[in-house]
Parts: sequence; structure tokens; C-alpha cells
Amino acid sequence: MPADPAAPQARSANRPAGRPSRIAARFAALRAEGRGALIPFLEAYDPDLATSMEILRGMPAAGADLIEIGVPFTDPMADGPIIQAAGQRGLKAGATLAGALAMVRAFREGDDATPVILMGYLNPILSYGAERFAADAAAAGVDGIIVVDMPPEEAEVLAPHAKEAGLDIIRLVAPTTDAARLPLVLNASSGFVYYVAITGITGTKSAAPEELAAAIPRIRAHTDLPICIGFGVRTPEQAAHAARVSDGAVVASALIDTLAKSLDAEGRPAPDSARRVLDQVRALAQAVRAAR
Amino acid sequence: MNTPLTRPNTYRSGPDAAGKFGGFGGRYVAETLMPLILEVEKAYAAAKKDPAFDAEWRRLLTHYVGRPSPLWFAERVTGHLRAQAAPGLGAKVYFKRDELNHTGAHKINAVLGQILLAKRMGKKRIIAETGAGQHGVATATACALFDLPCTVFMGAVDVARQQPNVFRMKLLGAEVVAVESGAATLKDAMNEALRHWVAHVEDTYYCIGTVAGPHPYPAMVRDFQSVIGEEVRAQMMEAEGRLPDVLVAAIGGGSNAMGLFHPFLDDAGVRMFGVEAGGHGIETVTGHAASLTGGRPGVLHGNRTYLLQDENGQILEGHSISAGLDYPGVGPEHAWLHELGRVEYVNATDEEALSAFQLCARLEGIIPALEPAHALAHVLKLAPTLPAETLIVMNMCGRGDKDIFTVAKLLGEKF
Repeated sequence: MPADPAAPQARSANRPAGRPSRIAARFAALRAEGRGALIPFLEAYDPDLATSMEILRGMPAAGADLIEIGVPFTDPMADGPIIQAAGQRGLKAGATLAGALAMVRAFREGDDATPVILMGYLNPILSYGAERFAADAAAAGVDGIIVVDMPPEEAEVLAPHAKEAGLDIIRLVAPTTDAARLPLVLNASSGFVYYVAITGITGTKSAAPEELAAAIPRIRAHTDLPICIGFGVRTPEQAAHAARVSDGAVVASALIDTLAKSLDAEGRPAPDSARRVLDQVRALAQAVRAAR
Repeated sequence: MNTPLTRPNTYRSGPDAAGKFGGFGGRYVAETLMPLILEVEKAYAAAKKDPAFDAEWRRLLTHYVGRPSPLWFAERVTGHLRAQAAPGLGAKVYFKRDELNHTGAHKINAVLGQILLAKRMGKKRIIAETGAGQHGVATATACALFDLPCTVFMGAVDVARQQPNVFRMKLLGAEVVAVESGAATLKDAMNEALRHWVAHVEDTYYCIGTVAGPHPYPAMVRDFQSVIGEEVRAQMMEAEGRLPDVLVAAIGGGSNAMGLFHPFLDDAGVRMFGVEAGGHGIETVTGHAASLTGGRPGVLHGNRTYLLQDENGQILEGHSISAGLDYPGVGPEHAWLHELGRVEYVNATDEEALSAFQLCARLEGIIPALEPAHALAHVLKLAPTLPAETLIVMNMCGRGDKDIFTVAKLLGEKF
């Protein structure tokens, strides 16, 4: 049964109960610091497990406030060429949903504070089993999930299990999400809200700064949740601006691009592939921290 | 989603308000697309109620497409099958001749309906995906007629193996984009069309070629294609004074089959067979495109349905001799009818289809497309087992001009 859009849901009711939320704690700390978050993205197993694990482990020290991990899928319909290619490299290297969870488990051995969000598509989750996935993801140390092709209308298959397990469901809000739809989407969100800055796919174009500045208050009027901006945030300047007008900036394609350019013709990493990505995270983090 | 399947009072009332046929269908799309498909749904609901919309669509079907297409008693095929059957057996075989439509297939029926809808919605550009190129050609044709810019997404692999249709689309003024992403076939063309749509939401209409995709597409394309089954009802009453006993149609995404079946779903006496592409045999891992008989449920391209997928939920490439059938999914209404058992889903291999293709050419003087050749392959198995008074209607949903190069190659002919 799809979620009833008319059903009033208290926002707090969506916050998973049970364990304390790393996401909420991190945003509270950032608020106290008076700055927005930098949320870098990596694709699991891109270009191989060892390199993606090295990038993941290095991200907090490079300045990542939260981390988003993409789970490869054969048919990523919201992703542009850069992330599509990353997913294909990941699949070729053997990526699975279980493999992505194992990465988070390994990461948690050294970091219990940085929130980790998995981003992917619904079919691998259904294939894994929605209930089992929610339990295993929470146990592995995942804090939130973004399921691109699961709008609130279709969330019933996963949302109750995610809530039970204490996983936030982070939802995308797009420029096309009109005033009539906003409450439905926001009421089905927890953790934070991911504002898709452009009408388009990942890594293709960027929003004008004034468009972003205007878009955030429109969403803010309907939610207490932190709002982060993604899609088309590439440079330190863009990240700083996004973090200033919202609560955080997600940078994905620009980092994947750096990684992809470091690979050889057979797609193998160079010795400094991970370092190049982490240097870029560091530059982005400095810009975000300087922007208040 | 796990609600038990209960037998409905009618098989023709779906989908529900959420776009579901039982647990199948729905709207599994990114938030950016949600407002668009809700807009299409609203516009289609309004158009459906407007007699002027229906009148204009039917005018085009009559004078541009050439409908109604004939219902042809395939006397020589029937005689051939009776000669092999036991005495008193050998059903009477009719072809619904949708291959005679303008552009050579059933696709144009739903394309014209959708283009009229796009115009009503004030859209200025049309995009479409295509596999074998039949839907692309139909869309390019309608766009030429209505003076709308048209972009067709086609997997690079399909572009290479369907050159005549690529050239046809270009002649008709369409832009053909060769999609290199993923496996570079139909499913990737659909991904790319969806991505393009997201980036051009204001002025663009996405004309989907089959009864799949997010709601309302499966229901809308079915409604337009149901003209096939409605005509068959009237034509069979005229020819035989009663309804047919058996309907047979090929299934890729399933639009020609849904169009034939839907008007008969509540006629309990009518048996229906959907014939999937068995490729090299459904026991092979990726050697077929039989989503219903060789796949399992999942979510792709905006709907929950049966899919070819691996144990990790990654989508597999289908294989079929027919480029129009090698889609790894199937329309959600078929998935529902499969689980209810209302329609029987079977498959025919490449070899069986190829043999039916040749037989049809020699016996009836009709070169079928490879898609309906699969349906015919099943008729060849089924008809000799049924009493002679049984009436079978097979949907000849496309003509074989586009396939002669593929078939010639397989038969060792050189040009």
C-alpha cells in the first residue's frame, strides 16, 4: 500500500527511535560551529574495493562532515555520465549491496562519529530483502539512505523497516517539487533534506547562486530538518556558497571525475588516486569552513 | 506489496489510483520526474473524457493509419496444420493484420494518441526510446505530421543492427541519439530518454512505446492499443457470429498483446497466450528475454514488474533474435495477469520463430516481423491440438521488412 499523502505525520514520528542519530548529532555540532556541512560522495568499489576503501577511510580527516556512498546499479536513471561510469567500474570490480555494507562495517572500526549515507536504487534493495537490508545496514553503521527511485508514494515497502532499524530516509526535493507536493515529500523525510539544485541529472550543469539562495527558504518554510544542496556543486566556491545558503553541500561528480582521470587505460588506479581525491575534499572543506 | 492476490470481479478495472495492478506497476521515479508524470496522468484523464480528443484520434486511425486493420482467415496455415493434426483437430487460425498499418506495426496507434495528448499539454518537443526502431519510426512519423521536433534515443548496438530504421527516422526529420551508456540497448535508451526528460521538463513530452514505465503510461498505452481487440471483437462476430476461443500475441514490453487481450479479459471463454522470446532457451542464464517465465519481480523504469535480473538485483541483458523483444522487463499489467493466471505466458525460441517466419511467407504471402513470428510459432504448436471448430486469433503486429537483413544473414544469404 502506498503512503497516504493526506495522512498527517508529525515530523518527529519519522525520526527513527532507538539509538542516537549520528546525523542529528553532526548537524547540531555544525550549527554550534556556525557553518554548513561538506558531504563528499564516493561510489562503492570504484575503481576497486581497496581504492574506494582508502578514499572512504581518508575522508573524515580530509574534512568530510558526512559521507555519501553510492551503491552501483546497472540502470541509474538519475545519474549523468560521470557517475554512470563510476557505477559500471564498481560493478565490474564486483560491487554488490552486501559489499557496500561491508565497506561501512570496516569504516566503523575506525570512525564511530561521521555519518554515512547510502545512495542507490530500489531494485538491489528489494532483491536483498527490504527488511533484512534495513537491519543489516543499521548494524553495519549506516545512518541514512537515499533511494532515488522510491518517492514517498512508493515508500511503504521500505520505510517501516528503515524506521524500525533506526535508519533515516533522506529525500530529494527538486526545483519541480511544487508547493502542493513539498509537505508530502518533507513529511516522509528524516535526517536531512537533499535539495537537487537543477532539473537534470547528476554532474551535468550547475544552478545559479541566486536560484539556490531563493530555493532554500521555500523549503525551510515547511521543515525543521537541515537542508543540503547537491547536483552541480563542483568547485570550492560553489560548495562554499551552497553551505552558506543551506546547511551543507554534497559534492559527487567532481570528485569522481578526479578519480576517473587518475585511472589508466584499463581503469586501474594510480598509486596516488585516493590521495588526489582526498586533496580535493580538503580544498572543498577549507572553502566550506571559511564560509560562514 | 505483499497483499495476497485475490481474484477480482473484473480484470478490466485496473490500475488503481496509485497506478497499481495488484502489486505491480506504480510510480518508481526520482522526485524530479514525479511532478511530470502526475501532470501527464492529469492531462490524460481529462483527454479521455473529451469526445473531441477521441474523435480526432479516430479520424487519424481511419484516414492516416488505415484502420480498421483486416481480420484475415489464414486458410493455408490452417490447412497446413490440419494436415498434421489428428482427425477433427486443427483450429481455425485468423491473423489480426496490424502489420498493414501505416509505418508497418501497431506502434502508431498509441503514438498518435500520445502526440495528440502532448499537443493538448502544450508541449513543444517529443522524445522517444526505441529498440528495433519501430516505435521510433512511428513517433518520427507522427512528429512529421504534427510539425514537432523529435529526438529518438536508441542503443548504439541497436543503431548498428537496425540501420534501415535509423535512416527512416532521419528521413522523417527526427534526430537519432545513439546511446552508449550501460549495455547500449533498449533499456539504456529508456534510461537516457528519462534522463533527458528530467533535464527538459518544461517543454518536452516523453512518448513511451510500450505498456511499461511509470503510471499512467502502462494504462494509457494499453487504452490506445485496445483498438486492436475492440476491432477483433466486432470483426469476429461478423465473420463467425461469436467470440474467438483463443488469442495469441508476442510479448516484449507487451503493448500489442495488451491491446488484443484487454477487451476480452472478462470473457471467461477466451483463452489467451502471451508468447515471450525464448531466445536460445529459457534454461540459459542470459540467452532469452522471457521476463515472466524466466525472471522475477523487481523495480525498473518506474514500475514494479517481472525482470531479468541477477541474484543481486542488477538488471540482465535479454537476448532475442528479435530486437523488439529483448527488453529485460514486461508491462506490469502482464505481470498481474500472469500471477492471476488469467493469461498463459509461454515462450518460443529464436529457432522456432525463424521457422514460423519462413512458413508464413510461403503459405500466406505475408512476411511477418520477427516479433509476431514468435506468436505464430506458438500457434503452430497449439492449433493442431485443438478441435477444428476452435477459433484462434493471432496478432500480426508488424511486418517483416525491417527483419529481412537479419533473417537473410541467419539463413546464410548474401547481398
